[in-house]
Amino acid sequence: MTRFVLGRIGFYTLIAVLLAFFTIPLLWLASAPLTSDPTYEVRVPDFTFDNFQAILEHPYALPSLYNSLLLSVGTALLVVALSALAAYALSRVRLPGRDALLYALLLLSSIITGTAAMVPLFQLAVELGLIDSQLGLILILSGGLLPAAIFMLKDFMDSTPKSYEESARVFGASPLQIVAHVVVPLVRPGLATIAVWAVANVWGNFLMPYLLLSDVEKQPAAVIMYTLYTEGGQANLRLLSTFGLLYSVPVVLMYLFVSKKYGFRFHGGIKR
Amino acid sequence: MAAIELRRLTKVYPGGVKALDALDLVIPDGEFFALLGPSGCGKTTLLRTIAGLETATGGAVVIGDRDVTSVQPGGRDIAMVFQDYALFPHMDVTDNVAYPLRIKKVAKAERHRRAGEVAARLGLERLMDRRPGQLSGGQQQRVALARVMATQAQAFLFDEPLSNLDARLRLEARTFLKKLQRELGVTTVFVTHDQAEALAMADRMAVMEAGVIRQIGTPAEVFQRPANTFVAGFIGSTPMNLLDAVVRGDTLEVAGCAVPVPDAAAGLLADGEKVVYGVRPEYNAYAPKPADGSSEGALAGKVVIVENLGASHLVTLDVNDVTVQAVVPEGSEPAVGDEGFAAPRRDRALVYRDGELVTR
Repeated sequence: MTRFVLGRIGFYTLIAVLLAFFTIPLLWLASAPLTSDPTYEVRVPDFTFDNFQAILEHPYALPSLYNSLLLSVGTALLVVALSALAAYALSRVRLPGRDALLYALLLLSSIITGTAAMVPLFQLAVELGLIDSQLGLILILSGGLLPAAIFMLKDFMDSTPKSYEESARVFGASPLQIVAHVVVPLVRPGLATIAVWAVANVWGNFLMPYLLLSDVEKQPAAVIMYTLYTEGGQANLRLLSTFGLLYSVPVVLMYLFVSKKYGFRFHGGIKR
Repeated sequence: MAAIELRRLTKVYPGGVKALDALDLVIPDGEFFALLGPSGCGKTTLLRTIAGLETATGGAVVIGDRDVTSVQPGGRDIAMVFQDYALFPHMDVTDNVAYPLRIKKVAKAERHRRAGEVAARLGLERLMDRRPGQLSGGQQQRVALARVMATQAQAFLFDEPLSNLDARLRLEARTFLKKLQRELGVTTVFVTHDQAEALAMADRMAVMEAGVIRQIGTPAEVFQRPANTFVAGFIGSTPMNLLDAVVRGDTLEVAGCAVPVPDAAAGLLADGEKVVYGVRPEYNAYAPKPADGSSEGALAGKVVIVENLGASHLVTLDVNDVTVQAVVPEGSEPAVGDEGFAAPRRDRALVYRDGELVTR
C-alpha cells in the first residue's frame, strides 16, 4: 500500500515537473506582453497595453504578419491544389514503380531539407529572377511541402471507395467533374489537414524567407521577430513578447476553427 | 429502351486471367435478366464490361442498334446501381437523385423537380433533405434506384442489388424490384450469386462458371432441366442428388438399386454406359415402405439425418454407402435410423453423360 502511494506521488510529481516545463513558457507569453517591464521571469502582469501600442508603432511588425498570411495561405492553396490532383492520379492510375516513386520523393524531401539545399535553392532563385519575390518564395516552399502532402493525401484517396467515381462516370461525368463533384468533397477533411499543415509550416519557417527575401517590407513575421532588438543590442523583451503573442494567435485560431469543422480525422474521408 | 447483345465478348486481365471467354448473349428489350454464378465466375466483370467500366479485350457490346464496345460509360445510355449503392455521402437525397441530370446540364429547378417526381414514385418524398448516412439500407437502395430512374437510360445494370440488405428486407426488396422493373419496362441486367434471387426475379437467366455461360434459360427451365452437372449442383436451395449410375437395359443401376431410365433420356442410352443420374430432393418421393409392396424403382436405404426446412424436411438416406436426399412434407418425417425408400419421379429425373444433360 505504502509502495503504491509513494509510486503515485512520484508519478504525479514527474507529471507536474513535465507540465511546468511546457506551461511556464506559455504563461510567460501570456503575461509578459501585459507587463510594463518584462524580464525572463513569469510575473503577475500589471495589465498595461503600452507594449501593444509600441508594436503597432513599429513600422514592420503588422505588415510582416500580413506577409506571413500571404505566404502561408498562398503556399497552402498551391500545395492543396497540386497535391490533390497528383494524389488522385497516383491513387487511381496504376503506374509501374508508382510506390517506389512516392517513397523516393518522400525520402529525398525529408533528407534534403531546405537547410541542406539552401545554396542550390538560392542559386536557382537568382537564376530565375525569383530572388526577393514573394511568389518565388511561395513556389520554393510549395516544392518542399508537396512530396509529403501528396503522400498523405494519396492515403486519403486510397481509402475512398472507387464506386463513387465509377458511379459518376457511368452517369457521364468527365474526369474533372468527378474530381470536383465527388473526390474533393469526399476527401475534404484530408484537404483541410494538408492546408493547416502547410500554413503552420510556412508560418513558422524562418530560414527560407530570411535567405530569399532581402526587402524588409516583404519579410514575414518569423523574420521580423529576429530584428526586435533594443538600441543596446539586447533582445527587446517588450516587443518580442508582444509580437510573439500576436504571431501565435492566428495559428491557434486556425487550429480551433479547422478542428471544430473537420475534427482532424486522419483517414477514411466520409463513410456511410 | 433497347436490347443488349454481346458478340464473342472476351476479357483477359493483365496477367492472363481470362474473365470472359467469347460470350454470346442476347437480352431482348424490356427483359429482366440475371447473371448468376459463384464468386469469381466473371459475372461482375461481364456487367462492368457492358457498362464500359472494363474494356473488352475482344468481341462487341451492342446496345440498341449501336456498337458501344469502344464508347465511354457515360456515352452508352445505361445506368448502374452499385453493390454499395455509391450514393454520394456529401449530397442529400435530392442532389443524389438529380446528379445524372446535373451532368446533362439540366437547370437546377428543373432537375430538382424531376428528382422529386422520381423519388415520390419510390416513396422517398419525406427523405429528400437527408444525407445517405441518415438513411436505412432499404432507403439507400431506393435512392440508388431513383437515381438510375432519373437518367431515363436505355438499360439498367444492377450489381448484387440485394446483398447489402438484411435477410428480411431482401425478400421485400426482391418483390419490389421485380414489380418496379415490370412497370418501367426497361431492359435490366442484374448480377447475383444467390440462385434463389435469380430464380425469383429474373425473366431469364445465365448461369456462369469460369468466364463461360453454362446455361441460359427461364428460371423454370434452369431449375427443372439443368444443362450440365455444374448448373444442377448450383441451382436449387437443396442441391440435386447426382449419383453415379450404369445403364442396364431400360433401368439404371444406382447405388446398388435399379431405377427406371428417366423419360428425358429414354432411348438415348447404350447398355453398360456409365452416366450420372440426377434427381432433385423435391422430386424424390420418400416413403417408409415401398408404394406397391416391392422396392422396384426406388432407392432403399437408412435415414441418417433429418433437417427441418420449415414446411418440409430434408431427409438424408444412406443407400449402400451413397448419400441420397429427399424432401418430405411436414408431419410425415421419419426418425433417424428408420428404413426408408426414395422413389425419384421418372418425369423429373435426369441423366448426365460427361457432365452434359442427355436429352433430345
